Amino acid sequence: MASYSTNDFKRGLKIMLDNDPCSIIENEFVKPGKGQAFSRVKIRNLKTGRVIERTFKSGEKVDAADVTDVDMQYLYNDGEAWHFMNPTSFEQVAADEAAVSDAKLWIKEQDECVVTLWNGNPISVTPPNHAILAVAETDPGVRGDTASGATKPATLESGAVVQVPLFIDVGDVLKVDTRSGEYISRAKE
Amino acid sequence: MSESCDWSPSASLRALRLRAETLSRIRGFFASRAILEVETPLLSRYGTTDPHIDSLQVSSAYDQQQRYLHTSPEFAMKRLLASGSGSIYQVCKVFRDAEIGRRHNPEFSLLEWYRPGFDQVALMAEVDELVRELLATHMELGETLTLRYDAAFQRYLEVDPLVTPVPELASLVSGHGIEIEMECGEEQRDDWLDLLISQLIEPQLPKQQPVFISHFPASQASLARLDPTDSRFAHRFELYLGGMELANGFHELTDASEQAARFQAERERRRDEGKWDIPEDRHLLAAMQHGLPDCAGVALGLDRVLMLALGSDDINDVIAFPFERS
Repeated sequence: MASYSTNDFKRGLKIMLDNDPCSIIENEFVKPGKGQAFSRVKIRNLKTGRVIERTFKSGEKVDAADVTDVDMQYLYNDGEAWHFMNPTSFEQVAADEAAVSDAKLWIKEQDECVVTLWNGNPISVTPPNHAILAVAETDPGVRGDTASGATKPATLESGAVVQVPLFIDVGDVLKVDTRSGEYISRAKE
Repeated sequence: MSESCDWSPSASLRALRLRAETLSRIRGFFASRAILEVETPLLSRYGTTDPHIDSLQVSSAYDQQQRYLHTSPEFAMKRLLASGSGSIYQVCKVFRDAEIGRRHNPEFSLLEWYRPGFDQVALMAEVDELVRELLATHMELGETLTLRYDAAFQRYLEVDPLVTPVPELASLVSGHGIEIEMECGEEQRDDWLDLLISQLIEPQLPKQQPVFISHFPASQASLARLDPTDSRFAHRFELYLGGMELANGFHELTDASEQAARFQAERERRRDEGKWDIPEDRHLLAAMQHGLPDCAGVALGLDRVLMLALGSDDINDVIAFPFERS
């Protein structure tokens, strides 16, 4: 298996740590002038998303993690797994609930997502930054109220709940930011 | 041409001016003491055997010989001392492979000087004077503090660096939230001490007072002589200021056979750690056999002095073209 030495440590490098694939966020080289050098590293566990800190003696080797980010189209959910397809190779992968995590609240069939593969298996899914989704459930819209700034909760067709202006009605199609979970505007569709 | 091509300097014009002024002050300081400025080769036939410092290698088409960019001008300056130069100083670039970070650039500026007849106490006083002069208009400095290495560990971590069992030193590290996998044998004691001093003691030292740490453990003597009254310690000191290590000095080892034995031990350690072998500097050993005068010497990292003067925490702020832009 390929390995990296601490000299290779750079932001974005994918390594194995505690049997999980991780990505280096930050590496700080520390060394007393005449003494042993160390790397103090901030690392994101790509399966859990958790950020941890680890210190390595300089020159130490760690295994590389075979991790790639692939643009894929979301096909369908069969009740257990979420299926994605690579639009160029037509290859399909099935992601379990742990991998799809919160992304499942934002995606609908045919959306383009980024699927992170570890040894070819999906470990996380990133929805598009902006999703276009219809409102499935909300209190009746208050006509004409476009300026009060007041909001109400609305459940989208994908399952996410966002705060929307009072004039929004069931069936309206919205543009939302999946990173912040915020309403942006009504979408023309 | 690609837009991402970083042709511009990372240091401000102010930093470059400050560097020029600092160099001129340094030359004034040494001229007023009649200390001779010297130059020695950057490219040397021998490198350092220090297991923690890696030389960059260069091969020459002239004789197909491997040469090394020096990691410090120490060996060549000692040859000048042995030839009767008297007090000397040098400002030069030195090279240490793969040392790169917020406080490290693989090519950096060092001021190194030697004083025949001085011991570590006399040299610490002179270092203090110079640093105060260089930082006078930039930092308000408090009283200088001198602490023995073991006293610093006692004061800030309540352990004895020579006696506390290594596993206890290791648990102290993890107790401070530093997670590392490293063996806990007696052989690794110095590695753990290096981690403790750089990560847990250095940040606790007073920021506005020059702090000299003296009497390093004999295992970290490097090129310093051992304390004649207590051979567990060496006459080696370091200066810390602003939470950074600025200088390292020795009451120099003058015994050629002891020096040869230390070179040999370092080569063995390099071999054990799987690092490439590097021949010891025979010129230095021959000069020491001829006779190195009793002297003390010190190396001061100029880039870090400039960082302090500018209040910067990134070495790239004081170097026109750091490694990545060189």
